[in-house]
Amino acid sequence: MLDLNLDFAFLTPDVISGYIVKGFVFSLQLTLVAMLGGIVLGTLLALMRLSSKPWLVMPAAAYVNTMRSIPLVMVILWFFLLIPLLSGRPLGAEMSAMITFTLFEAAYYSEIMRAGIQSIPKGQVAAGYALGMTYGQTMREVVLPQAFRNMLPVLLTQTIILFQDTSLVYAIGAYDLLKGFEIAGKNFNRPVETYLVAAAIYFVICFSLSMLVKKLQVRIAIIR
Amino acid sequence: MPMIEIKNVGKWYGDFNVLADCTTQVEKGEVIVVCGPSGSGKSTLIKCVNGLEPFQKGEILVNGTSVGAPGTNLSRLRSHVGMVFQHFELFPHMSITENLTIGQVKVLGRGKEEARDKGLKLLDRVGLKAHAHKFPGQLSGGQQQRVAIARALAMDPICMLFDEPTSALDPEMINEVLDVMVQLAKEGMTMMCVTHEMGFARKVANRVIFMDHGRIVEDADKDEFFGTPRSDRAQQFLAKILNH
Repeated sequence: MLDLNLDFAFLTPDVISGYIVKGFVFSLQLTLVAMLGGIVLGTLLALMRLSSKPWLVMPAAAYVNTMRSIPLVMVILWFFLLIPLLSGRPLGAEMSAMITFTLFEAAYYSEIMRAGIQSIPKGQVAAGYALGMTYGQTMREVVLPQAFRNMLPVLLTQTIILFQDTSLVYAIGAYDLLKGFEIAGKNFNRPVETYLVAAAIYFVICFSLSMLVKKLQVRIAIIR
Repeated sequence: MPMIEIKNVGKWYGDFNVLADCTTQVEKGEVIVVCGPSGSGKSTLIKCVNGLEPFQKGEILVNGTSVGAPGTNLSRLRSHVGMVFQHFELFPHMSITENLTIGQVKVLGRGKEEARDKGLKLLDRVGLKAHAHKFPGQLSGGQQQRVAIARALAMDPICMLFDEPTSALDPEMINEVLDVMVQLAKEGMTMMCVTHEMGFARKVANRVIFMDHGRIVEDADKDEFFGTPRSDRAQQFLAKILNH
């Protein structure tokens, strides 16, 4: 019989606050920054792709398609290695991760926002224009709030994936939630236990967020 | 100077000629009804008047300003040309009050209080004062269209464009919208209405324009139009929609 001989006793509050909390805070920070930055940048990319001007459409489409065709872990590595070469000074793993994730997630958020914007009837835009609103005002006041609300569940689902993907910063040695467990595991020689707890924490966070998204979907369906 | 002047306007979708050499004008205080079979270009024509649809040939002047000219500030022009749509197009994520104030605040730069007072006054005028706090989805089609009219009026328009305002409504709701429009016409508002409501046309229109295949086939005084339409096509059309 398999005897894992699991012992979680070493995970005292001191160990948790010493190893884990720092990484957890960074993972949350990274998720939050990449989500907000990614949605803002993604919305701009979506508006560019939906414009009637080819010089706006083409670079945005090229950017989104490129980002979506490269594995995230490679983008993380490339950015981390290339930027110091180009700018002459190193950027730090944490900072580098935040910028990379924002740029990468923007491609995915932009596709979601594009679908959201396209789901708004053309008549809404016409009504904004007919009141004398400019393109910017019509987007800001009329189209984007509705697109955002329609797409909220999908945006949140993407954010859950983003939270899971933050663990890929191990490639550049940034100190995230997983890294905290990994180091604790090594120091106390309890790698199986620490990876199990790490998995449980990722599961609990992602699963409860998915449940929240499901509830939200129902609520939004009622409002509409 | 006419309020709306449409001169030799032509529009194409590729090879398809949507509007062909359309010429007419609407004088200040006039009510013009535009009718015709579906696909005749009447909605397209009215959308050209405030530049929602571009056109390739001719000229449209609204209160002396050329709509198609490159230097025209279209937003400013539209801010004082009211428009009412077939599908109401209220903003569903805003309350009725917000729908009535957004244009005033964002476009005309009015204060929130002033915009609110004005909006509520107009809401009262279309008989919906009690619904100010509701959202568009909570109102019936006829109520939504009356709010849409109030929203357009809140901008103090110099003229109003109606694009089939009753076509999407259940029959029992058509009259509540027409009543508001009749009232507006009687108060001297300049109106261009795309509609098949011939009762409305008879009651308040000065002139009736009949369109077919992108052309203005008939442009006649109301009595003349209903008495003896000159074109066969208009006679057939009238026979179809008046005989039941």
